[in-house]
Amino acid sequence: MRTEIRVGGLGGQGVILCGMIIGKAASIFDGKHATLIQAFGPEARGSAASAQVTVADEPIGYPYVRRPDVLVVMSPDAYTTFVPTLKEGGSLLYESDLVVPDKRLPTGAKVLGVPATRLAEELGRRLVMNIVMVGFFTATTKLISYEAARKAVLDSVPRGTEELNLKAFEAGFAYGQRLVSGEDSRVA
Amino acid sequence: MHADPKGVLTGLHFIDGDHAACEGAIAAGCRFAAGYPITPSTEVVERFAARIPLVGGVFIQMEDEIASSIAILGAAWAGHKVMTVTSGPGLSLMMEHIGYAAMTETPCVFVDVQRGGPSTGLPTLPAQADMMQVRWGSHGDYNVIALSPNSPQECFDLMIKAFNLAELYRTPVFFMMDEVVGHMTERVAIPRPEDIEVVPRRWTSRKPGDYRAYEPGEDLVPEMVKAGDGFRVHITGLTHDERGYPAMNPQAQDKLVRRLVDKIRKNAHKLVDVRGENLEDADVVVISYGITSRIAAAAVEEARAAGRKVGHLRLVIVWPFPEPLVAELASRVKAFVVPELNLGQMVREVERVVAGKAQVVSVPHAGGTVHQVEDILAKILEVAK
Repeated sequence: MRTEIRVGGLGGQGVILCGMIIGKAASIFDGKHATLIQAFGPEARGSAASAQVTVADEPIGYPYVRRPDVLVVMSPDAYTTFVPTLKEGGSLLYESDLVVPDKRLPTGAKVLGVPATRLAEELGRRLVMNIVMVGFFTATTKLISYEAARKAVLDSVPRGTEELNLKAFEAGFAYGQRLVSGEDSRVA
Repeated sequence: MHADPKGVLTGLHFIDGDHAACEGAIAAGCRFAAGYPITPSTEVVERFAARIPLVGGVFIQMEDEIASSIAILGAAWAGHKVMTVTSGPGLSLMMEHIGYAAMTETPCVFVDVQRGGPSTGLPTLPAQADMMQVRWGSHGDYNVIALSPNSPQECFDLMIKAFNLAELYRTPVFFMMDEVVGHMTERVAIPRPEDIEVVPRRWTSRKPGDYRAYEPGEDLVPEMVKAGDGFRVHITGLTHDERGYPAMNPQAQDKLVRRLVDKIRKNAHKLVDVRGENLEDADVVVISYGITSRIAAAAVEEARAAGRKVGHLRLVIVWPFPEPLVAELASRVKAFVVPELNLGQMVREVERVVAGKAQVVSVPHAGGTVHQVEDILAKILEVAK
């Protein structure tokens, strides 16, 4: 099976690292295949950034994401740019304080919001919002295992920041678990 | 000989092709690189610059590509395994020294992470449009070796092979990546150093006085020495005799230049590296290389699922072109389909070797992205009717 994931947001939000951790968890720690492609262009802090991750049981041929099964957006611009590409019945994971899903969603889309920035601020550093998102992704999509995601976070963050990042991961994971256990999810 | 453990990061990594290529070079024993930054190749030398002081080597960021390409040749004659890393615009500037490397038989690796051209073109987007340039770009007659990886794992594995071939044949070896392969991140397994075979330099066993710098061995490749070892050596881009001294006459020219070409041409059977799939029963064969081979493989799979007898021949070593193999296929298949991220380069080699015995269909693409699977599939179905 092949699953396509697009992570979009602003330069500086850790969009690429978010995609990197998902890919690393899948390919190094879950033993699947994963390909990460980063959008290269005149990207800078504050401008658009996006990562494409394909996760599959078989080796991956075509490397780009065309119609994501999962769209993770951390900014309104990323939502506007990428929501038309989301597959019917796909999942939208969004930063719920920054993005407002609307009629542009494809039919049957699963919509899952998390106030990732706020949760990160509660931990003391807004910077870790991308890791909150990784936790949320892990809990809601189940594409990567909890153990693999946790290891990939530890393997990817700067030394000395492991504890903070793990807290961020757990916060996002817990929020996602509450959501998928039926309290607050809705279908567009 | 095994890889020096100091340079080998054994284990599983999730890294891009540029980084994997750098690790391959270090594992192969490369201890000197010079370069000038250019997208999409910069990450190779960025990593090299950070890693190589820990391994006991040197990176120099030169003032431009012209200087980079001559600096590595100097370092090679000082005894090091060397590479430079660039993209199309830089490669164009290096052409003079590629010819010099061929003429002086200096082992070296040129990494070309291809982007859309001509000129500045598409710095951040892929192409495979330097394939003929690396074969024919510098003036005069010579021959080269070129490899084309299609994944970060192969950027590691084949880079070791590239360095080994540079040492074996004492010729410039081109490592033909592209922007997608360079910037795509996948799992890369780096083996243990004792499982990595590296070819050492072909040092002479002769004593100073006995040694002639350009006296070839049986495989047409001469033995080498390095500066400082007490040998009297003359290295020149001029046509030279076996001592290395200028010899300005047609006989010397014929002897030397013919050998430069023949040392690849006559050893071409040892330089075949292809991946063939379903070639046994094929009516149609897709020939591809580099990133395009991944798209082609998906198209071939779909065509076979649709009941067409289609095979896939992927060129891992692109130069020398595997002539006997393609000629043999041409005698028994109906057609070849050749997708590439250029407007028809390697397809000319296919046409030349097939020589009218089968249909040859190009699937050109000007670059900037990869083919769609459907584009290649459509061509396959068209000729497989």
